[in-house]
Amino acid sequence: MLQAVKSANPGSGDEPWVGRSIERVEDAALLSGHGRFIDDLGVQPGTLHATILRSPHAHADVLSIDVEAAKRLPGVAAILIGSDVKAVTTSLVVGVKAPVECWPIAMDRVRYVGEPVAVIVASDRARAEDAAELVNVEYRPRAAVVDPLGTLSPGAPLLHDGFPGNLASDRHFSYGDPEKAFADAPHRFSIDIKYPRSSCTPIETYGVVASHDAGEDAFEVLANFQGPFSIHTVIARALKVPGNRLRLRTPPDSGGSFGVKQGVFPYIVLIAAAARVTGRPVKWIEDRLEHLTASVSATNRATTLAAAVATDGKILALDWDQVEDCGAHLRAPEPATLYRMHGNLTGAYDIRHVKIRNRVVVTNKTPTGLNRGFGGPQVYFALERLVQRIAIVLGLDPLDVIKRNLIDAGAFPYRTATGALLDSGDYQEAITRAVEQGRLAELRAKRDEVQARGGLYGIGFTAVVEPSVSNMGYITTVLTAAERRKAGPKNGAQATATVGLDPVGSVTVHVASVPQGQGHRTVLSQVVADVFGLQPKDIRVNTEIDTAKDAWSIASGNYASRFAAAVAGTAKVAAERVAGRLARIAASQLNVEAADIVFARGFVSSKHNPENRIAFSRVAALSHWSPGSLPDDAVQTIRETVFWTPPELTPPDEDDRINSSLCHGFIFDFCGVEIDRTTLETRIDRYVTMHDCGTILHPGMVDGQIRGGFAQALGAALYEEYAYAEDGSFLTGTFADYLLPTTTEVPEPEIIHMETPSPFTPLGAKGVGEGNCMSTPVCIANAVADALGVADVTLPLVPARLAEMVRRAEPPPPAGGAAAAPVREGDRRLRGEGQASVQGAPEQVWAMLLDPDTLQSVIPGCQRVDRITDTHFRADVTLGIGPVSGRYRADVELFDLDPPRAVTVRGGATGALGFGKAEGRITLAPDGSGGTKLTYSYDAAIGGKVASIGGRLLDGATRVIIGQFFTALARKAGGGSATGGGFSLFAVLTKLVSLFGGRR
Amino acid sequence: MTRLKADARHSVRLTLNGKPVQSEAEPRMLLSDFLRHQIGATGTHVGCEHGVCGACTIVVDGMLTRSCLTLAAQVDGCEIQTVEGLAPSADRLGVLQQAFRRNHALQCGFCTAGILMSLDHYLARNPAPTEAEIRDLLSGHLCRCTGYTPIIQAALEAAAQLASSKKETSDA
Repeated sequence: MLQAVKSANPGSGDEPWVGRSIERVEDAALLSGHGRFIDDLGVQPGTLHATILRSPHAHADVLSIDVEAAKRLPGVAAILIGSDVKAVTTSLVVGVKAPVECWPIAMDRVRYVGEPVAVIVASDRARAEDAAELVNVEYRPRAAVVDPLGTLSPGAPLLHDGFPGNLASDRHFSYGDPEKAFADAPHRFSIDIKYPRSSCTPIETYGVVASHDAGEDAFEVLANFQGPFSIHTVIARALKVPGNRLRLRTPPDSGGSFGVKQGVFPYIVLIAAAARVTGRPVKWIEDRLEHLTASVSATNRATTLAAAVATDGKILALDWDQVEDCGAHLRAPEPATLYRMHGNLTGAYDIRHVKIRNRVVVTNKTPTGLNRGFGGPQVYFALERLVQRIAIVLGLDPLDVIKRNLIDAGAFPYRTATGALLDSGDYQEAITRAVEQGRLAELRAKRDEVQARGGLYGIGFTAVVEPSVSNMGYITTVLTAAERRKAGPKNGAQATATVGLDPVGSVTVHVASVPQGQGHRTVLSQVVADVFGLQPKDIRVNTEIDTAKDAWSIASGNYASRFAAAVAGTAKVAAERVAGRLARIAASQLNVEAADIVFARGFVSSKHNPENRIAFSRVAALSHWSPGSLPDDAVQTIRETVFWTPPELTPPDEDDRINSSLCHGFIFDFCGVEIDRTTLETRIDRYVTMHDCGTILHPGMVDGQIRGGFAQALGAALYEEYAYAEDGSFLTGTFADYLLPTTTEVPEPEIIHMETPSPFTPLGAKGVGEGNCMSTPVCIANAVADALGVADVTLPLVPARLAEMVRRAEPPPPAGGAAAAPVREGDRRLRGEGQASVQGAPEQVWAMLLDPDTLQSVIPGCQRVDRITDTHFRADVTLGIGPVSGRYRADVELFDLDPPRAVTVRGGATGALGFGKAEGRITLAPDGSGGTKLTYSYDAAIGGKVASIGGRLLDGATRVIIGQFFTALARKAGGGSATGGGFSLFAVLTKLVSLFGGRR
Repeated sequence: MTRLKADARHSVRLTLNGKPVQSEAEPRMLLSDFLRHQIGATGTHVGCEHGVCGACTIVVDGMLTRSCLTLAAQVDGCEIQTVEGLAPSADRLGVLQQAFRRNHALQCGFCTAGILMSLDHYLARNPAPTEAEIRDLLSGHLCRCTGYTPIIQAALEAAAQLASSKKETSDA
């Protein structure tokens, strides 16, 4: 199964440490429970704890927020609503030119489920949560829209006045002569894609600890933020302080990020605002429901991609129409997901004519942000599905079509039509090796064999260029050339590294790379040990960041797979600079030329006469103890900070060509999948992934990145989707609803390497962390399409979806019985009907229904019932569904009264756990033996938290609650009679609307 | 049955990795929060608080337990093992921990404590597990970094090593 990791031998001191899979310096602490994640660190005494009250509605006006009862609770220090936050902050900057604001908390309107509405700050988290339950928010729901194409339709509800038609940006691009290419081509192919929303969901959630020094008007923030630190400017601006009054630090350990922890920044603003208002440090740790619902997500995208194709399968031109759904707000750095791939829209192929229309839209969903793969999955899904389609229709082998279009091995560095400068590669050789070493022939034989016995087996291929080290200027491609001229140029990718020597000559390295588990400290110790002729254990590396004290720039942080290529290279440059000075010092002491100096085995020696040597630590310490002894031409060796940015990363040119990334690795994947004919479950038979990521610094970690990316991509392909109901209710708020792959689903990919060094990076390395997130979803989809013989496949490829493709949608089950059943897959609308018999004539039962006192005693968990009019009631009830219980306020009206025979009941309920509406019809009829036969039916839907987390429990809960009601009713009416004697329409409906409200 | 007052703090005493500890907890306090914030044993992590991710897995009276689904008050008087108790000494890792380090079976390390506890508990009772058994056992743990196979490999290696050292001991 697992490929052996080449373990390092204790070095003789001569062969380089870089390139070896040494054990990680990070691991001992992490394996023994001594990691230092943000919630493991202590806080200052008196620190307050925050919880966030969030919107249960996808789109609504906030009519009022009553915080009085909550404020009275012991331990509550402050409750901030939108206006309180507005008083101390300004809007977050928005990445396009438009008159819109973007606040970290709702002002007078909520636009997605989970949008913060109030921040409750108390002496501890539990008390804050108690208080949150008492905050009374009155909403007036608006129509919501969740589909990126639907939001552009004329009747769609508008989210922001400043985005007319919900369109935040609309840009057209043309490179080469695509019109002519399409006109002249013998074939035109087109594909429509809807790429879903998903997220890499780190197992550690967001955390922020903030304090404010009123005397200096300065903030200190500790957060598990991952960068890019361009966001520091956004936070400081929002907090209305200059950058030097926002000290942002990161904890030593961070529990995964994969891009996602970029999205903590609006919460930094929110919690810092709470610290300023309360005058005390405030801590907030996100919970899992908050994270899944409202942290951040990758963009979902609707794409139409067309290709002009020659008869032999050669692609002559592409026409992209991308509609990018950034959710309810365009939060920095969006719409970066769309433009990150701008230079790479031709993938691994030599295509000179490209036409693009890029639209960015807003919908009533969580705002989007960084997520591993960042724009790549969306692009390659369309491109590589289209390549397969071209092959099938032209009767060609998909692999041949891929090969026919590859960029020639002699063409590097190769400038793509849209502006990327592909640094190096040999795609043909990579494919040849992968086909052979990955034994493609075996897979083809397997497919024939399985198909011969009537099974479903398919093979998928993908060729992908993996960009890394983002150009900080690519996002400005969203602006026109004129707008860019006005705004000033943006480009580059500053990496920083500091190498310091202390008074005993030991070496410390600091970088601003903010790892979340990637092992940066280990790799840097290898890189620097090689330069100084030391061992990795001699080098101490610190990767925490403190913007008040450390060297950093806007590109700092851990994203765009920039560590190996940019940061590790910069550390090498810094170490070499120090080593050059040490060599001059040593040369003067050893009486040799500096060129004769070599660093090895802990000594600085003469190459020609190795006996002529001096201990490294002695030379290294000299600047501290005796600066006067330094040779005249040598400067200090105490500390050297290097800033490195590659000259290749230029701003977009006048024709909108942009070199969006510095490095470009190559990936070629193929896989065989078998689909069970009965269950339609997809099983990966074998997955082969060939990577050329340039020079490999640590093989074990590179394979770790590939495996991890592969597992996440497998999840995105087969299981994961941030699902929304049509009304914008979020449906996947737990890990029981948002399914991640586990040990039983993830096979070991067969990893093959090839190393074509990058000429643009100090170590020849390229990024490798995101590639499989780009290649694997479409590779699996191509295999599934091949197995099923279908033209269109949509992720995630859950069995139910495959069943719809293969067998068409199932008819709804026949109505009947007392069971409530979801009417549609993926939606929390419920419908049901039932019957009950109670003692007492219909007239008697009817009277009980309309009596508030009876109702209050009969409805389980009912605190009070108020009769507004004879047919209008309000009630407070507490209700538990599975592990969650909460208070609801129900408002119920009766219509179409036909006493004592029938009534229609309609109502809504809201509470901390959700909201909704329901309607039901109840009929009463004599049962022939003095009692009453009741028949009821209801149609209900819910939204908010209970929809996100309780969805799968609702059917059962409905039956239990109805059962509870009858039991209570029987007990109440029992007094003398054997089995009850009344039935409350109102009570049943109150319970139902509490459970399943929702608009109809 | 003891009834605890909802708004009062109650003393909870337990044995943590062989040592007695005591602190106070409201009846509603989760065991995970109690261990982390009251006792200061922060090696046990909280990933989902609804029992799915497995990061908070510990051993209570010999049984694998999700500490996020357990109340602190429930474990008064119990024996608890957490990740902090796995290493034979502060400067040395145990066999399973070493196998994890050797195989790069962790990246961010956030989920690792729970996985180690499940494996430690399982290997003590099942000295010769198959890969399928290990995969089945660990299907109750979510890891987002590693893609799992290095974890499986580390578990199998540790099992083999533990079995052979046990054999050596009994042969001797």
